[in-house]
Amino acid sequence: MKASTIRRWSAVHTWSSLVCTLFLLMLALTGLPLIFHHEIDHLLGDAPQLRDLPAGTPSLELQALVRAAEAHRPGEVLQYLGWDDDEPHAVLAITAARADTEPNASHTFMLDGCTGEVLPMPSANGGPMLFILRLHVDLFAGLPGKLLLAAMGVLFAVALVSGTVLYAPFMRRLAFGTVRETKPRTRWLDLHNLIGIVTLTWALVVGITGVFSACADLLIDAWRNDTLAALVAPYRDLPPPSRHAPADRLPAIAGEAAPGMRPDFIAFPGTRFSSGHHYTVFMKGGTPLTSHLWTPVLIDARDLAVTAVGQRPWYMDVLSMSQPLHFGDYGGMPMKVLWALLDVLTLVVLGSGLYLWWVRRAARRAA
Amino acid sequence: MSRRALPYRRVFAVPAAIALLSAAGLGAALLGDGLWDACAWLGLGVPCLLGGWPLLRRRPRG
Repeated sequence: MKASTIRRWSAVHTWSSLVCTLFLLMLALTGLPLIFHHEIDHLLGDAPQLRDLPAGTPSLELQALVRAAEAHRPGEVLQYLGWDDDEPHAVLAITAARADTEPNASHTFMLDGCTGEVLPMPSANGGPMLFILRLHVDLFAGLPGKLLLAAMGVLFAVALVSGTVLYAPFMRRLAFGTVRETKPRTRWLDLHNLIGIVTLTWALVVGITGVFSACADLLIDAWRNDTLAALVAPYRDLPPPSRHAPADRLPAIAGEAAPGMRPDFIAFPGTRFSSGHHYTVFMKGGTPLTSHLWTPVLIDARDLAVTAVGQRPWYMDVLSMSQPLHFGDYGGMPMKVLWALLDVLTLVVLGSGLYLWWVRRAARRAA
Repeated sequence: MSRRALPYRRVFAVPAAIALLSAAGLGAALLGDGLWDACAWLGLGVPCLLGGWPLLRRRPRG
């Protein structure tokens, strides 16, 4: 590599890193507790505790749960009902003032599927963990915040690639893993190179899936505008139905329309994931891999006829797969611990990079 | 620093192996549970160990 080429890559690495470092430090720090949000909820007593019922207690019909949810939040409408694999006897409910109210203004709670009893989920509606989540997701700035963080994620990827290119000239005369202990600066340079290169794949994957997740609003809008709009085109000029048929049979109807799949959540008419005329049941696949992918089944809210089984555009599949690959929640507790360790190592790379830039700058000024 | 400069192919040999191992680990846990998860722990455990160990190792005195 020519000296001028190295200088150019070095400038790319320095500036892409410098611009995104503060944001990345924030993301890595807030991301750390978020890896364990489930465990922290349990520790703080914020996790809903289902009552122990005798085995074989029958589940309530879905419409009874809809009524229980709406009775719990008078004046609000149900936006979503969802299932949790860890709590087969419960459903998650999300309500808001209107069907199209934005997610941050909605209210989340759990319903006991057998009794209809409401179990609050305080950490989903406020408190320190939600504060950390909002910082991590959008800096409390909505879409502009998300897009800013997405741009920082892209710069992070540029920094990782340029850093990898620069690894070569730095390490040509050193065996892999060498950390010279001569001066603090040399030691941290070698550690920065070593930790940076071994965590490269993980950092790239978490960074890029983070960018996709940050662009979720745009991708969902694209899905609404092309896929969903085409499916509900025949309904375009009809007034929205004044009454909705009961929700009881929705999972069964969707199950018949999409065999081999399980319902994950139901988007009620008028919400962001449905049309004003439909219940949309989001079905997930039966294998570990396809359980991350959703197939929407649109069901007419008036007569419960299946209007369409939606195709999944590629970008919605990418968005779906980005979630486990960003959260690290798909390989048990050991994987969460590894995710946290890799996160800490990334903090070391960010911090040492900042330190190396600073001492070099100071040395150049002194010269 | 007196070593002869290595060709880039050699410089990247070990990092490329670690990158492949991490990628396999990230993918494995998506495909199933049990043994697949264990593959993921191995694939991500190696970079954790290689990156964490020199950081924690006591520096030789002198």
